[in-house]
Amino acid sequence: MMQLAVLSGFVLAAFAPLLHRWFGAGTSFVLAAFPAALALGFLSLMPAVMDGEVVTYAVEWVPSLGMSLTFVIDGLSLLFALLITVIGTFVLIYAGGYLKGHPDLVRFHIVLVAFMVSMLGLVLADGLITLFVFWELTSITSYLLIGFNHADLEARKSARQGLFVTVGGGLALMAGLVMLGTAGGSWSLAELGTMGDVLREHDLYAPLLICLLLGAFTKSAQFPFHFWLPNAMAAPTPVSAYLHSATMVKAGIYLMARLQPSLGGTEMWIGILSVVGAFTMFTGAFLAIRHTNIKKLLAYSTIMALGTLTMLLGIGTEGALIAFVTFLLAHSLYKGALFMVAGILDHETGTKDVTAMGGLRSLMPVTALVAMLAALSLAGIPPLFGFIAKELMFESVLEAGAFRWLILLLAFSAAFLTIGVAAIVALRPFFGERRATPRVAHEAPVSMLLGPAVLAVLSLLLGLVPVLASMGLLTAAASAVMGEPVTVSLSLWHGVNLPLILSLVSLALGYVLFRQWDRVRARLARLDPLIARGPESGYDAFMHWITVVSDWQTRILQNGYMRNYLMVMVLTLIALIGNSLLLRHSPEIAFHLDVRFHEVVVVSLMVMGALFAAITRSRLSAVVSVGIMGFSIALTFILFSAPDLGITQLLVETLTVILLVLVLFRLPRFATLSTPLERVRDFLVAGCVGVLITLLVLTAWGIDQFVPISGYMIENSVTLAHGRNIVNVILVDYRALDTLGEIFVLALAAIGVIAMLKLRATEKSKPASKEKESTDG
Amino acid sequence: MEPVMAVAIGLLYAAAIFLMLRRSIVKLVIGLMLLSNAANLLIFTSAGMTRGAPPLIPEGLAAPLGPVADPLPQAVVLTAIVIAFGVLAFAVVLIRRAYEIVKADDLDKMKETDT
Repeated sequence: MMQLAVLSGFVLAAFAPLLHRWFGAGTSFVLAAFPAALALGFLSLMPAVMDGEVVTYAVEWVPSLGMSLTFVIDGLSLLFALLITVIGTFVLIYAGGYLKGHPDLVRFHIVLVAFMVSMLGLVLADGLITLFVFWELTSITSYLLIGFNHADLEARKSARQGLFVTVGGGLALMAGLVMLGTAGGSWSLAELGTMGDVLREHDLYAPLLICLLLGAFTKSAQFPFHFWLPNAMAAPTPVSAYLHSATMVKAGIYLMARLQPSLGGTEMWIGILSVVGAFTMFTGAFLAIRHTNIKKLLAYSTIMALGTLTMLLGIGTEGALIAFVTFLLAHSLYKGALFMVAGILDHETGTKDVTAMGGLRSLMPVTALVAMLAALSLAGIPPLFGFIAKELMFESVLEAGAFRWLILLLAFSAAFLTIGVAAIVALRPFFGERRATPRVAHEAPVSMLLGPAVLAVLSLLLGLVPVLASMGLLTAAASAVMGEPVTVSLSLWHGVNLPLILSLVSLALGYVLFRQWDRVRARLARLDPLIARGPESGYDAFMHWITVVSDWQTRILQNGYMRNYLMVMVLTLIALIGNSLLLRHSPEIAFHLDVRFHEVVVVSLMVMGALFAAITRSRLSAVVSVGIMGFSIALTFILFSAPDLGITQLLVETLTVILLVLVLFRLPRFATLSTPLERVRDFLVAGCVGVLITLLVLTAWGIDQFVPISGYMIENSVTLAHGRNIVNVILVDYRALDTLGEIFVLALAAIGVIAMLKLRATEKSKPASKEKESTDG
Repeated sequence: MEPVMAVAIGLLYAAAIFLMLRRSIVKLVIGLMLLSNAANLLIFTSAGMTRGAPPLIPEGLAAPLGPVADPLPQAVVLTAIVIAFGVLAFAVVLIRRAYEIVKADDLDKMKETDT
């Protein structure tokens, strides 16, 4: 069962502490067996998916709400699932070396494995609600991973920022998914994929698309939500390599790709996605070259890649979607490798600043080679797989319909900036003269080299023999995104055409940029004030105002004055009841007065007791008038066919009066505490409530919404419950659980009373404890 | 009878709310008592009031002879009366105890958590 296999990861995460006890430092490698096994499982599905089959594992969850745990595996899901499990395996192995001896390694393992499972669930889920649950789980686990070094203020701040941005987008996503489910009349992604024509014409199309895209854009760091991603680099490097380049940030991309057949192709979709994507692509590449921190450089180039993917989905032609899946695979391979290389450099040299490194080639030959391969792929230079992806990207930009020249300009600029970034990352640390680094560098352990090496070699292999990727996985994935069968045939050599020329020109420009980088960076520093006013300052202002507003409203609403709380509640009550009573059902008062004299006397006594209790200044009169009211109520019950109520009320009223007399006379006399104005105000408010309640009773009396269930109880009281007093039968039989609850409440109250009386007794004998008690009170 | 009861319940509610808005904690508790009684009457009245037909089944019969008062609201109110008493007993002892510590009957003086 696929669900069981995937979700067992949560159990595995829970048992990670135990594994640590058994395997110690080797736990990473043991845990890596889990994604590796899953990857093999997914590989075994490959032949079926390649034949265009959609593998479904149906499991119902809450069928009445249309919620299912069904997993559906088509080309797109399979591509993502393989990326998640394969890169996940290497990241776990890598983390075993990177975080060796870290005191919080257990916590890291728990969260990372939980994240992996959430991400898998996200890409496999068929139900919209299930997708959303896994989506939020990835946000939460990502938060825990970014804030892994929780002693660091920056890490905490970045983690919170990532959480707020992605979960804020998650709220929009939820609204969008609900609208999608409503519009399509189905909560299954597979079914929604076939009803694109209905959805695109639906009235809710625009709002649902905007909500869904807000969710996807925040998760996938599209402009203007891109700022959280570079800050998320506060996470340990294995996390950056996994979550913030290869997997989680692609969740938004996955969602958009998944919805392409249902929602794509409209003007709105094409416009928003291609322009936002292209702009993000350029922004990412442009902001990257401002940084010397290797992780930030890579993070911004990830934003570039995410923008490219969004843009390709926006263009949406067959060629663009083929480019999309190719670019997706290429990026995951080289970016995972590059991040792990960055981690190696940081780990071995003790610095993340590329300008502080140099000449490491001879000390770390393998790392240097891996970095070169991955960076060549990033730059899009043959014969690496990244080259094919970039060529396809240029081709599809050239065939874009709307905004073609704008997109082309942005794509071209991003391309040469990216080549500069690739050169900086791969050449700067390894070539040139040797520089002294905080730590003396030497080659990384095998565990840390394995992942990047395999990924980089895959980049090379797929570049040389692209048919390996295209004939199987990518064809199936592109078909899933397209919604109809597509044939992908990739080749390294496309002949001399415009994309190739663009590549060559960007290569030359990129090389110039690399040579002049230090000078360019100095020039760009002048733009810093402008960039500081970017979207992130908007986020900061938002967070600031949240604090200000909550501070203000807390002081207004939670001011500690009991009567203010009560006043708010009473006024709300008046507003709500008044609104629906007077505006929605104009009260129809049926007057048919059938009154006897003695009844009026009893009710008058009752009312007078209550009113006198409200205005008297004497405690004794208050107690006596409350007593009069209580006994009149008992009489009313008896007069109107409720003898049980009457008896209970008599009993309770007697006890109440005794209790009040016993306790109240140990309290001070009533004092006049409020001003006359306050009393008038309270009188008016209370009067309003009174009038409203009277109207409510008069209105409610004439309305029978449902057939009462009392008929059943009366009929079966003797036959089934063997009791002749129907009220008693209800209490001890039909509604026996309620009565049990009531007994619990009474018992609790009794315990509370005894506790408070006992506390007083001990205080008197031990005056010393009084001080402590009073501080608690 | 119901219109008369409606007015009476309204007055009871008004008296209860007025008392609960006082600063004296004793008045708050008395207001609470009035409120629970008023709510009980509200439930009792909205089901309709019947004279002289308690929901009892005579010996030897399987069902009452004629129409009887609705037993369900009565059962609900019975529960409510008892619970209200529990709440009252607890509240009364609580204010007694609070008074010992704060030495005041004034709710405004109980606002600070560190008294």
